[in-house]
Amino acid sequence: MHAVDLTTLTVEAVKEFGLTRKDASRAKNMFALGLLSWMYGRPTEPTTEFLTTRFGAKPTLRDANVTAFRTGWNFGETTEAFAVTYEIKPAAMPSGRYRNVTGNAALAFGLIAAGQQSGLPVFLGSYPITPASDILHELSKHKRFGVTTFQAEDEIAGVGAALGAAFGGALGVTTTSGPGVCLKSETLGLAVMLELPLLVCDIQRGGPSTGLPTKTEQSDLLQAMFGRNGEAPLPIVAPRSPADCFDATLEAVRIAVTYRTPVMLLSDGSLANGSEPWLLPDVADLAPIDPDFATAPNARADDGGGSFLPYLRDEDTLARPWAVPGTPGLMNRVGGLEKADRTGDISYDPDNHDLMVRTRQAKVDVIARSLPPTEVDDPGAELARGARMLVVGWGSTYGAIGAAVRRVRRDRRQVAQVHLRHLNPLPPDLGEILARYDRVVVPEMNLGQLALLLRGRYLVDALSHTQVSGMPFKAAPLADVLRGHLRQLDGQPAVQHSERHPAAGVPA
Amino acid sequence: MTAVDLPGPVLARDGLADVPTSDDTQTRKDYASDQEVRWCPGCGDYIVLNAVQGFLPDLGLRRENIVFVSGIGCSSRFPYYLDTYGMHSIHGRAPAIATGLAITRPDLSVWVVTGDGDALSIGGNHLIHALRRNVNLTILLFNNRIYGLTKGQYSPTSETGKVTKSTPLGSVDRPFNPVSLALGAEGTFVARTIDSDRAHLTEVLRAAASHRGTSIVEIYQNCPIFNDGAFDAFKDKNSREATVISLRHGEPVRFGPDGALGVTRDSVTGSMRVVEVADVGESALVVHDAAADDPSSAFALSRLTDAGALQQSPIGIFRQVEQPTYDDLARQQVATAQGTEGAGDSAGLAALLTGTDTWTVA
Repeated sequence: MHAVDLTTLTVEAVKEFGLTRKDASRAKNMFALGLLSWMYGRPTEPTTEFLTTRFGAKPTLRDANVTAFRTGWNFGETTEAFAVTYEIKPAAMPSGRYRNVTGNAALAFGLIAAGQQSGLPVFLGSYPITPASDILHELSKHKRFGVTTFQAEDEIAGVGAALGAAFGGALGVTTTSGPGVCLKSETLGLAVMLELPLLVCDIQRGGPSTGLPTKTEQSDLLQAMFGRNGEAPLPIVAPRSPADCFDATLEAVRIAVTYRTPVMLLSDGSLANGSEPWLLPDVADLAPIDPDFATAPNARADDGGGSFLPYLRDEDTLARPWAVPGTPGLMNRVGGLEKADRTGDISYDPDNHDLMVRTRQAKVDVIARSLPPTEVDDPGAELARGARMLVVGWGSTYGAIGAAVRRVRRDRRQVAQVHLRHLNPLPPDLGEILARYDRVVVPEMNLGQLALLLRGRYLVDALSHTQVSGMPFKAAPLADVLRGHLRQLDGQPAVQHSERHPAAGVPA
Repeated sequence: MTAVDLPGPVLARDGLADVPTSDDTQTRKDYASDQEVRWCPGCGDYIVLNAVQGFLPDLGLRRENIVFVSGIGCSSRFPYYLDTYGMHSIHGRAPAIATGLAITRPDLSVWVVTGDGDALSIGGNHLIHALRRNVNLTILLFNNRIYGLTKGQYSPTSETGKVTKSTPLGSVDRPFNPVSLALGAEGTFVARTIDSDRAHLTEVLRAAASHRGTSIVEIYQNCPIFNDGAFDAFKDKNSREATVISLRHGEPVRFGPDGALGVTRDSVTGSMRVVEVADVGESALVVHDAAADDPSSAFALSRLTDAGALQQSPIGIFRQVEQPTYDDLARQQVATAQGTEGAGDSAGLAALLTGTDTWTVA
């Protein structure tokens, strides 16, 4: 342990620039970064280049920060207080070109890419809310991609305008957090009824109510799943890392456009503001998204001419035609009242309502057919020495769960991991996968919402491990929880007193 | 924070300038859908529907480029009966939905059909913000001063003391004056008309449709079931000369039998009042200027409407001014970005994703 008086050293180092003591002490983070750069043998040029660019308009601040950074490096080099330096070998990463990206930036880029891949103008209707606002900020900078950002008067208007734009043939998007989803619920029900593509990005935060706006949580899953009146199913997609927000957004748009449905993208505060190296995709490899607008009549009228049935469905996807205003001959009226099958006319017929409720559910269910096989990380499985225990997660817990699983494996214990991207519908092979394991553990930053869904859907004895502190999971305590579960599988008590982290949450 | 001068000005253009026109001769029948009209017998909504179906052919637009968006309430069934594109949305939200549509589709004539409860109660926020932004929409506000669809509760335009199912001892809140509210939000086209005056209704709707920006037309509409006779003062042949304060741009505000009544402005307070022309002389009357940039005079005129049972009210176009519209400016920003930076393509997307700080892993 070394005590370094960062403030005094920094203020002394930048004295020549004539800053106030308060302003001078603000550069102490650069002093610390300089010292760490020395200690870990990191190159200094990228930092000085960054500072030069960042403070280009303010030469005094630029010079003070660069000086503080260099002084910190020199402090490490010349002070004999530090006996060791560290060399960190490069992480084993796939080859290619990388950049750093935050989840919110990746999500915004995903929306722009989705606009390009579909040929649809992107329309974002949004009301500022933490931690989603950065998506609005990012998108508003990229109008040249045909992106329109509309800062609405409230959350309801944000989603309403997005739905109106979708009705007109745009890629309608709204971005928000949990409290905003509450306000948008009625419009989401309308979107379910209208069967129009719409993307709702919920950047989850601590709840309920205003809750913990700057902290992270996964507690909107059931709201996304069920938070509307009536039977109003909609697909749910969750990114698992900051960079994955790009791919997950494209996937959510694919579903929305293909199946004519609102889709909920469940990110969260830790993904939104967290960043990670992103292996840049080749734009040429991105899949196209076909809006497949209706352009011609799809039925025959009594007089033998063409007619248009706005709720006649595609046999495979059960999607209805997307006939946008301006298309001759396809004029039709949609609305929130129950629709008659095929014609879309208002209908109070009992059998029709039953049919339509089931059809809207079936439309979401058939999306499962388009999902890839679930990746099961169970290294021994191919040699028929698979794990007895499976850890199932979703969303931003991917990194922590993966790290905890690797720690357990270092004890030469077997544990398998599945991380879900699609929460609704769930992957078609998931039930069979869950059934293969003697124990299924579901860590979540809520009170067990996915576990509830898995139990209800598969009658599997999924065991929850929950943490609702507003903070992400940490690998070490989570690994101890998993070890406790493994001991129970062996017929031993879950808690071992030698462990640093008691295995909270494991039934004794 | 800084503010910039927006590029422009966007030239004043007709509200329908970007909407494609039709070469076909259209008739009222072209605008009637195959749905059975289901309002109560005698409802004022029939008259408005007939007027709209009758005047839309005169606009000469392609039918497929007209969209009616409504909220919830009796009048919000309107879109089902017009053979155009339409959306019967949810309570109060039609202006928000129409805003997204109008911003992204300048080639559409976008109409909002709403009522006093829909627009002024549950949807009040969206209404004032649509007016503030001046999105290119035409809003028809059917005001019957009652909740009809839910069978007879008082509405935000009902007179104080209204005895209804929900207020058996009389309502205690004061009503909105929709025109005053719209002018307070600095609406650029604000008008009032009456369901029973077909000619006036049609004239005002035509002006509203061709206004670029948000037009709002309050239509006094009788509900024969739950609030019958609310507007009788303006319908009775014998009384209406003295109750309808007819507004004509550029003309003195004068009404009553033989034009005996007029409106003057108090030079101290700026408020308006009704006087006998014989007492003050015609030169003292207010000359209506709907094109005045300052909405104060129009607002003062709007205060001549009774807050209680209606005995007198100005009818006509209160305000009609040209101002840049939100949707024109928003589209202009996109176009300008595409003009100066180049329209985004796959190379541009690749450059965006790559950013300025990358490294390569071998």
